Amino acid sequence: MASSEGLSVSTVPKDVDRTWLDHMHEWVSTVDHKRLGVLYIFSGLFFFILGGLEATAMRAQLAIPANDLVEPAEFNRLFTMHGTTMVFLVGMPIVTGFGNYLIPLMIGARDMAFPRLNAWGFWMFFFGGIVLYMSYFASMGLYGAGTAPDVGWFAYSPLTGRAFSRGNATDYWILGILISGFGSMSGAINMLTTTLTMRCPGMTMRRIPLFVWMMLVVSFLMLLALPVLTAAQVMLLFDRFLGAHFFDTQAGGDAVLWQHFFWFFGHPEVYILIVPGFAYASEIIPVFSRKVIFGYVTMVAASICIGLVAVGVWAHHMFTVGMGRGLDIWFAIITMVVGIPTGIKLFNWIATMYGGKIRFRVPMLFAIAFIGQFLLAGLTGIMLSGAPFTWQLSDSYFVVAHFHYVLIGGLLFTVFGACYFWFPKMFGWMMSERLGLWHFVLFFIGFHLTFTTMHIQGLLGMPRRIYTYEPDRGWAIWNAITSAGVVLQGLGVAFFLLAIFMAFRQKKPAGPDPWDAWTLEWSTSSPPPEYNFLSLPEVRSRRPLWDLKHPEDPDWEHE
Amino acid sequence: MNQSAVEPIDMGTWNRGRVGMLCLIFGESMFFSIFVVAYLFYIGKSGHGPQPSEVLSFPYLATACLLSSSITAGLAVRFIARSHRWLAVLVLAITIGLGASFIAFTAVEWYGLIVDHGLTIRTNLFGTTFYSLVGFHAAHVIVGLCMLSLIFCLLVAGAVRSEHAERVEMVTWYWHFVDAVWIVVFSVVYIIGT
Repeated sequence: MASSEGLSVSTVPKDVDRTWLDHMHEWVSTVDHKRLGVLYIFSGLFFFILGGLEATAMRAQLAIPANDLVEPAEFNRLFTMHGTTMVFLVGMPIVTGFGNYLIPLMIGARDMAFPRLNAWGFWMFFFGGIVLYMSYFASMGLYGAGTAPDVGWFAYSPLTGRAFSRGNATDYWILGILISGFGSMSGAINMLTTTLTMRCPGMTMRRIPLFVWMMLVVSFLMLLALPVLTAAQVMLLFDRFLGAHFFDTQAGGDAVLWQHFFWFFGHPEVYILIVPGFAYASEIIPVFSRKVIFGYVTMVAASICIGLVAVGVWAHHMFTVGMGRGLDIWFAIITMVVGIPTGIKLFNWIATMYGGKIRFRVPMLFAIAFIGQFLLAGLTGIMLSGAPFTWQLSDSYFVVAHFHYVLIGGLLFTVFGACYFWFPKMFGWMMSERLGLWHFVLFFIGFHLTFTTMHIQGLLGMPRRIYTYEPDRGWAIWNAITSAGVVLQGLGVAFFLLAIFMAFRQKKPAGPDPWDAWTLEWSTSSPPPEYNFLSLPEVRSRRPLWDLKHPEDPDWEHE
Repeated sequence: MNQSAVEPIDMGTWNRGRVGMLCLIFGESMFFSIFVVAYLFYIGKSGHGPQPSEVLSFPYLATACLLSSSITAGLAVRFIARSHRWLAVLVLAITIGLGASFIAFTAVEWYGLIVDHGLTIRTNLFGTTFYSLVGFHAAHVIVGLCMLSLIFCLLVAGAVRSEHAERVEMVTWYWHFVDAVWIVVFSVVYIIGT
């Protein structure tokens, strides 16, 4: 059997006569899962730049003590918009985007289960984001108070009540997130249904790539958690517009109920954001170690465990509200339990690399950095799961450092890795290794300067969300280092954008399978044709492309 | 080795329509459960204003209407599958009528609460949680009625045939779900709550 058999080589027909308007129309009206995936990822990157600029403004303000670059009210808006943007308008779309792009290709399907719902979901997300940012221009409202929302990304009650949040800024926060939430829910329905019903012949649940398994867990969590946020936000809207009393403490309402509702969404949300990071790492690490993933079944089991345990840990965000000893102990123990399946995964990735012929290409560098950083993030997580420890450090920079370690050191590093890994598939051109290396080194150093030192400020007692501090607190030097790291991270991201730009300019062809990988998306051309596969693939093992390339030693003889 | 043809994935009757509808129902249940939790949490915490036991009476007729409409909806699917078009039109009309009378009963109940007892969403926590939970359920009934009416029109026009039975069935799944939510709402609001 020739090694290229089964690789469909058809390309998208090129039509030079079309104007930019035709192209625009094609992108806006598309229902193709690949185009929607690209739209998701690129709009995520767009909001990433916005959120990054907001972070940069905050770090510039905090770089030196008693600074007055940003005024206090503006600082509140900055951290609110930064958090909201990064979670809902960067994390969610990028996660959904890669899922959208890759799930049908990986399971040998020609599109998602509901292509039009898919397009609807993207535009709901996108316009939700626009609504949120419209607040900067439009939320003067009837009362002439406020511009962007300033209630923090978790919008604790009673701060969000009419009495304390005048004007319409908070309403923009509610509506923007609510609308984009509908998009994410429809995306989750689509990903779940596609994975369960659209697999090609032979692609049993025991053979789907780990990426698809993990996105299945993520979709389940989205479907479980997002309606909860939607419901809570609807209650808040009723409070604000109809005079209801859900979170109105003066009429007997309970502000802590909002915290329970929010974190019942909020904690699964953390896993919605980090499990895709695991998914990217689980695809990148085996390919660049030239070994099959170690412990496929345990990886799947660990992902499902994480998905289930994620539902029962929400109140560890609330140790300081006085839930009582019993609940504190319960949530502390369940939170520590999360460490077990996560630890299993870390060992499996390391075991995959062990004895492998590791190729240190850019995606692999990001994945390796992810392993170390995510371990540290997990360890501070275990520290914070102890309720008395949180009593000391809640709302301090230690917490900020912890979750940025998770979301940047964990998620963002793997997202960068995934971009370098799958960009050749998406556009058919390689990204520059040299620029990628610059990106990695600068971002890596910058990340550690910023967020490793941030732990120390936290331990020294610096609260989060303060707009400035006095020089005699002993925080100045650490804040200076933290802010210096932002410059390096910004440079790193600049190299990333340059690498994307240069890839489009230099047009270095990638071919269908630049990394000598094994999953089905590499068996079709780059970029894949609209119908993905000329003939539906037939799968006999977890590495169908390996089987095609190595008919003398196919995987199914060993599985 | 084993080079024979690979078996296609057989999900049995679990095609994408069914799985997708089930996912939607799962998400909707999460949405409702938060309102149910809020209702349960705030039972007996209204400081002033009408209390549930003073103003609520068991909606026997409304409940009977809604629950029996599930049976007629199920019959409609069966008739469509067997190409009994006019029987299907008949039972679907009954389904829509029963659903509409449920909404009418709710309207009468709300009118009484608002006008006679002065209970609105802003009166107290009972009003807040009652109107949002029952209101969201009623909104779902209305959405279901819209979908059923659309099917009704298409059926009369002859555009819905036996091969569409499964799609109609997906709409009835939603209708059954709305029914099931009512059983929860009924238990929480009219039994536990009073």
